Amino acid sequence: MERDPLYVVSPSYISPKTKRFGKILVWSSFFLMSIIGLIQILYNLEKINFGFNNWRPLLYSYILWAIAIGYSRVLIYGERGKRNLFIFPAVMFIISIVIFPMLFGLYISFTDWNLSSLDGRKFNGLDNFYQMMSDPYYWNSLKNMIYYILAVLVEFAIAFLLALLLNSQIKGRKFFRVVFLIPLMLSPVAVSWMVGKSMLEQRFGPVANFARWLGWETPTFFSSPEIARLTMMCMDAWTFIPLMIIMLLAGLQALPKEVLEAAKVDGANKWTMFKNIIFPIMLPVSLTTLVIRIIFKLKLADIIIIVTAGGPGGATDSVTSFIVREYRDRSNVGYGTLLSFVYLILIIIFMTILIRFVNRWLQRAS
Amino acid sequence: MVAKGFIMKKEIFEKILIYGILLLWTFICLFPIYWTATTSFKTAASVTQGLLIPWLDFEPAWKGWKNLGLSPDTIFTESNPREEFLARFFNTAFISSTASGLAVIMGSFAAYGLSRFNYKFGFMRNPDISFFFLSQLILPPVVLALPVLVLYRELDLLDTHIGMILIYTLTVLPIVIWIMRDQFNAVPIELEEAALVDGATVWGGFFKIVFPIVLPGLASAFILCLILCWNEYFLAALITSTDAKTMPVMVASQISSQSIKWWNMAAISLALCFPLIVAAIFLERYIVKGMAAGAIKG
Repeated sequence: MERDPLYVVSPSYISPKTKRFGKILVWSSFFLMSIIGLIQILYNLEKINFGFNNWRPLLYSYILWAIAIGYSRVLIYGERGKRNLFIFPAVMFIISIVIFPMLFGLYISFTDWNLSSLDGRKFNGLDNFYQMMSDPYYWNSLKNMIYYILAVLVEFAIAFLLALLLNSQIKGRKFFRVVFLIPLMLSPVAVSWMVGKSMLEQRFGPVANFARWLGWETPTFFSSPEIARLTMMCMDAWTFIPLMIIMLLAGLQALPKEVLEAAKVDGANKWTMFKNIIFPIMLPVSLTTLVIRIIFKLKLADIIIIVTAGGPGGATDSVTSFIVREYRDRSNVGYGTLLSFVYLILIIIFMTILIRFVNRWLQRAS
Repeated sequence: MVAKGFIMKKEIFEKILIYGILLLWTFICLFPIYWTATTSFKTAASVTQGLLIPWLDFEPAWKGWKNLGLSPDTIFTESNPREEFLARFFNTAFISSTASGLAVIMGSFAAYGLSRFNYKFGFMRNPDISFFFLSQLILPPVVLALPVLVLYRELDLLDTHIGMILIYTLTVLPIVIWIMRDQFNAVPIELEEAALVDGATVWGGFFKIVFPIVLPGLASAFILCLILCWNEYFLAALITSTDAKTMPVMVASQISSQSIKWWNMAAISLALCFPLIVAAIFLERYIVKGMAAGAIKG
């Protein structure tokens, strides 16, 4: 094993007694957890008549076990254990709250489980999968996600323009920066009402009034599928363009000044400078910004759930909002979980391809 | 002379264009807030006419704020909506600050460990562990939502503060690690080496030497987490119902129940956003620093 960047000369001797104590600690807490788990399982199966009201004692004993593992690392491995302690809490936390529920989710995605009915869960094999294959609304929501992701390119163009302007010689840059940041700070829930419900109200909302003044006689923003989708894209863009501006502006400010000066001396005009110098140097930052933005876009849900609830006819549905509606309408956990897992797999495939593509592009550019 | 005049004219034209676009975007950013703020002072009649400017177009009234119990004449009297509102406000503040705090503590430990030591767990080495942390960013909340909902029901964690804190910590933890990794990499290792030679432990070196240096970065990570948790709606809507209900959930439920009472909705939406607008104005530097951290290094 190669040397650590921060190299520590550690006393190597740890007494066997301490080591044994560490091991006992881990196993005894594990034993305690198993006993509590076993009692609860038997109690739930009505084999024994004493137990706990819920699974919470198991959670406590699990936490105890985790702490014991962490402490025993130090006892058994000394200095190396102390180093492991840095990443141990985060790893443990993610395993407990992501990996464990995910495994559980994998199981329930093959069941028919209606939370509101008393029957409990029923294993139904691939039924959920077949149902998904013939569910037009799910495929429709995936198709919408493609539109939403493509909209990121337009957002990127706007954000790049604004970042360039903010980076030019202007007065009151501080003021503009603060103002441009504000939409990102607003809660999507509040934005849903402020913009979606009130400003876009078709009788007396200011945007509708403005549209009428421009000559659109009956401005409705949520009745035709295309316009509704476009409206949702605009609202989402409004909140997230600031994020892209900030990231791109940071990139612009880190540009090497000498190169820009040299180009100016050579008499390059603004457009050629942008095309031949700024844009190529900014490529890594731009691609990072796009990837981050797409990650956020894949989680798009709040404003859709609140403003249109996926309507009209599923035209504005994102995958998340569709699954939530599916769950609310039928409270079927099994089917919803399967849909979300398929979505996760698609995301992983998509992101892998995207990141590989981005890396290749960057290598060719440099 | 003619050429110079031409250049001058072009420059002025350019300046006008730049400021024009900037001001247009300023208008786009601020108008919804202005509109909501004025609407919260409107009466039913001025709402339906779509009036814009207070005092000139319509006479402002404390209508929305009165219903919320926050207008001058109701602020010292009993008010159920205000109690409700404050309870939600403190729920949100408590949950999001605790979750952000936990995430910052765990995340910065992990980021420090990854930047200073070589780990090996089975086949996983440092880059793999980093990837394991950061890949959580891609995970959409909906994938976890339903399994966690069911598990929480079994663990009796539904509608509790602890349950919310745990899941929120999870959502912001990868962001903290992402920001802090660069922060720690920027601190020269020699600083701690000197401390270790003087007899400090690794943890002592971390807290006494490195921690003070990265404090500004830590602050921006914390603020960023706070913002994300404060605005989170999706998970809160599934997990909470009464006790641990947060402000976004309350506002969302009122959107469906009393969206006709515009003045109420305007007041309550604004109250939800107000703390963060203030934060944006005073903490802009930290917020921007946090978000820009990942962009440069990539």
